[in-house]
Amino acid sequence: MKHLLSVADLTREDAVRILDTAAQMAATQEREIKKLPTLRGRTVVNLFFEDSTRTRISFETAAKRLSADVINFSAKGSSVSKGESLKDTALTLQAMGADAVVIRHQASGAPHTLATAGWTRGAVVNAGDGMHQHPTQALLDAYTLRRHLVGDGGRADVYGRDLEGARVVLVGDVLHSRVARSNVGLLHTLGAEVVLVAPPTLVPVGAGAWPARVSYDLDATLAQVRPDAVMMLRVQRERMSSAGGGFFPSPLEYARRYGLDARRLAALPDHAVVLHPGPMNRGLEITADAADSPRSVIVEQVANGVAVRMAVLYLLLAGRNDGSAA
Amino acid sequence: MRAGPPVPGDDPGPPTDRPTAVEVLGPADVGRALTRIAHEILERNRGAADVVLLGVPTRGLPLAHRLAARIADVEPGTDAAALVGSLDVTMYRDDLAQHPTRAVGATHLPPGGIDGRTVVLVDDVLFSGRTIRAALDAISDLGRPRAVQLAALVDRGHRELPIRADFVGKNLPTATSERVRVLLAETDGRDAVLIEPGAAGGAA
Amino acid sequence: MTTTWWLRGVRPLGGDATDVLVVDGVVAALGAEAAAQAAARDDVRVLEGAGHVLLPGLVDLHTHLREPGREDTETVASGTRAAAVGGFTAVHAMANTTPTQDTAGVVEQVWRLGRAAGWCDVHPVGAVTVGLEGERLAELGAMADSAARVRVFSDDGRCVHDPVVMRRALEYVKAFDGVVAQHAQEPRLTEGAQMHEGVVSAELGLAGWPAVAEEAVVARDVLLAEHVGSRLHVCHVSTAGSVEIVRWAKSRGIDVTAEVTPHHLLLTDESARGYDPHFKVNPPLRTQADVDAVRAGLADGTIDVVATDHAPHAREDKDCEWAAAAMGMTGLETVLSVVQQTMVDTGRMTWADVARVLSEAPARIGRVEDQGRPLAVGEPANLVVVDPAARRVVVPEEQATASRNSPLRGRELPGRVVATFLRGRATVLDGRPVDDPDRPGVAAGAAVGA
Repeated sequence: MKHLLSVADLTREDAVRILDTAAQMAATQEREIKKLPTLRGRTVVNLFFEDSTRTRISFETAAKRLSADVINFSAKGSSVSKGESLKDTALTLQAMGADAVVIRHQASGAPHTLATAGWTRGAVVNAGDGMHQHPTQALLDAYTLRRHLVGDGGRADVYGRDLEGARVVLVGDVLHSRVARSNVGLLHTLGAEVVLVAPPTLVPVGAGAWPARVSYDLDATLAQVRPDAVMMLRVQRERMSSAGGGFFPSPLEYARRYGLDARRLAALPDHAVVLHPGPMNRGLEITADAADSPRSVIVEQVANGVAVRMAVLYLLLAGRNDGSAA
Repeated sequence: MRAGPPVPGDDPGPPTDRPTAVEVLGPADVGRALTRIAHEILERNRGAADVVLLGVPTRGLPLAHRLAARIADVEPGTDAAALVGSLDVTMYRDDLAQHPTRAVGATHLPPGGIDGRTVVLVDDVLFSGRTIRAALDAISDLGRPRAVQLAALVDRGHRELPIRADFVGKNLPTATSERVRVLLAETDGRDAVLIEPGAAGGAA
Repeated sequence: MTTTWWLRGVRPLGGDATDVLVVDGVVAALGAEAAAQAAARDDVRVLEGAGHVLLPGLVDLHTHLREPGREDTETVASGTRAAAVGGFTAVHAMANTTPTQDTAGVVEQVWRLGRAAGWCDVHPVGAVTVGLEGERLAELGAMADSAARVRVFSDDGRCVHDPVVMRRALEYVKAFDGVVAQHAQEPRLTEGAQMHEGVVSAELGLAGWPAVAEEAVVARDVLLAEHVGSRLHVCHVSTAGSVEIVRWAKSRGIDVTAEVTPHHLLLTDESARGYDPHFKVNPPLRTQADVDAVRAGLADGTIDVVATDHAPHAREDKDCEWAAAAMGMTGLETVLSVVQQTMVDTGRMTWADVARVLSEAPARIGRVEDQGRPLAVGEPANLVVVDPAARRVVVPEEQATASRNSPLRGRELPGRVVATFLRGRATVLDGRPVDDPDRPGVAAGAAVGA
């Protein structure tokens, strides 16, 4: 593994190896001394063209726990907003000796371009690109699901295991969601069954080719599928205005048809868990009742994010840089 | 105590005899060596009360379990399982960048932890000493033992660091080009120690 | 005066090998008569045809020459030189220059630059609306009456989306037998659009460009053309639905013509998977079903013309992330090979059909009277000699265009333009542009020796 650009690049074995490594990383994070010397002397650049404090901090924590040097490069207020191109930024970072570039960009495919255009020799980690992919989010979601749905919840029990047979319902703005695209691909790779629920306006044309079923009716889906997990996607309120595309008539109508509230939560099987990639719009796609219920693993997702990102950085950076991996 | 995951990066290949391999220890030799080491550990530490055996995966871990079983046999009231932990040193190695990415193994400490106790590191082969150096770093991140001792089934020499074993099953003079392989029933189906001539350097 | 050329053993329109004699810019004789006359002259230069195909010089109805305004990416001189290498003897220069070709002054400037360069005839396209803004008609009559004699009007790059403005334009150009060439793209349905909307865009997370955004405008325009009895040309048809609408319109007797680009004949939206902006183009690359439909439409005459939509871009506008990249690709120097590969070598079309779609029909639509003519005695010697057996690998750095944004880099294509003649004067020989001083305005004489 040279880069992590899309979950489509991961085989089942790759994905399970990342989850297994993440489990070992998570174990180290329960110690008093959380820092490992593993990536001493390596430099990780967080190159964020889009604001995302949560994701940046997660990657920064992961890199620091592995003793890598971290440089945060935010596009806001930097030369990037003055028209410097991705190429020039990348060449600058290359000159500074970046071993890995963690990139968040509003343009789909920008990490792919960065990895393939020859502007940087370092590993490229996609931290979210446009409406395309957010592979570490999908990996942390899969890690969280594996912990709760596979085996008895203990770490070693799930070593080497995938998500075969798990039923996961994703609800919300699929059209604009890199989280949805990443999760559909990775959950399928790991053997889970995926159902997408969204208003028809927020399902992309062409989604029929995805390895997932599509439904427009949340209540019917919850009743029929009896999901093991429900993953709520963030919906931006501005999507309802005509300038934002006019995708739905009002937040109220959206919440009524597609929001996760106490009533829908009660309709879930007892063991089912609730996920959300954050940040949440409480009252829109999820109510406080659902977000703060014992079923919700939303806070745990954040902690798992650090372990998964440690695993990704370890697997990309620790070994000899010849593309091989154990 | 659950077994940790296998560590493919440490495994030189399928555990079969190559035509040129010379078996220097057989199953009975391995058994006798471990029994002796178990007794030496008890003598040195005046019993097993404050001893923790930390096996270094892959093959140090089953060796630690075997030593614990032998100790429990001679020290009544000792719980063998509570003596043993596993210490994965992968993330402390100084040669990560020279090899394909190694899989990270599991570290588990016995219930009492290691603070104030005597840790006996258990590994199959002592060679350059770099694995043990990494293990010492790992231990210091996990706690503060009263003392750290080292038990190795085979000491083949060629140290690159000022490290020595407290308990050795067998001293094996070797050439650096040779390869020493320890086979164990738990991981390889049978017990043996082999020396193979090899162009590449041996396992550390 | 120009060199007298004896084209020996060429195959007109891919037919039987024969000889052609070109004297004073005109086809002077054919067959045995040509050989006899040539033998009697001492100023003849011979081009060994060796079974190569002879076609009328190609005419492009859709070229972006970028001058004035973006001379860093192409000039009239470099673009027409590239056109000659591709076998063209005339190109229509699109109006989206800076300043816009929306006045008689600008179109005359482009026309004169073409004359001075001398590589091929340049027929400027006039903007339909002032500044391509889609609001107020440009002075179409003034451009028609200018030295450039503009007959094709287009806001290409933008769609004349206001139905009233489109209706007025269609009506108005009837006064001088002009045609409106529409870039069919419903703007609201394509806000922020990056690529064809379908399976691939869904996966890549690139904003979709629905086929209906093109088809809806094509449908509206053919009905408008019918209503006002005008001539309509549809630029770069890219979808199966557009082909179907044009076919229906023609069956109703509506005076509509249509073009397809070489890239829409060859490439699909699958090319976008690597996020290489060299495959970003407007209209976007579509699906294989659409490619099959435009090929069928071209073969059955629904689509009249292959036009390049040659769109040079600066390196920095393609050496970036997809969303930031400019739309468009070069095509002048590869179009004939692409048509050969997709249409001739597949048995869908003959070389006579190639002459129809790349020379005769575009000349007729653009009302260019001395181009796209039959290969007959007395006709202007605008000719191209093609070696269909040759194969070559596309290397953009070796092309004559000033830009490098070919989507075909590294591809092996069949066919090669051996020679191009503009009114009897060789602009290309042995596949290379003839950079000699034998140009209009430059004293003749020191031309290639016999």
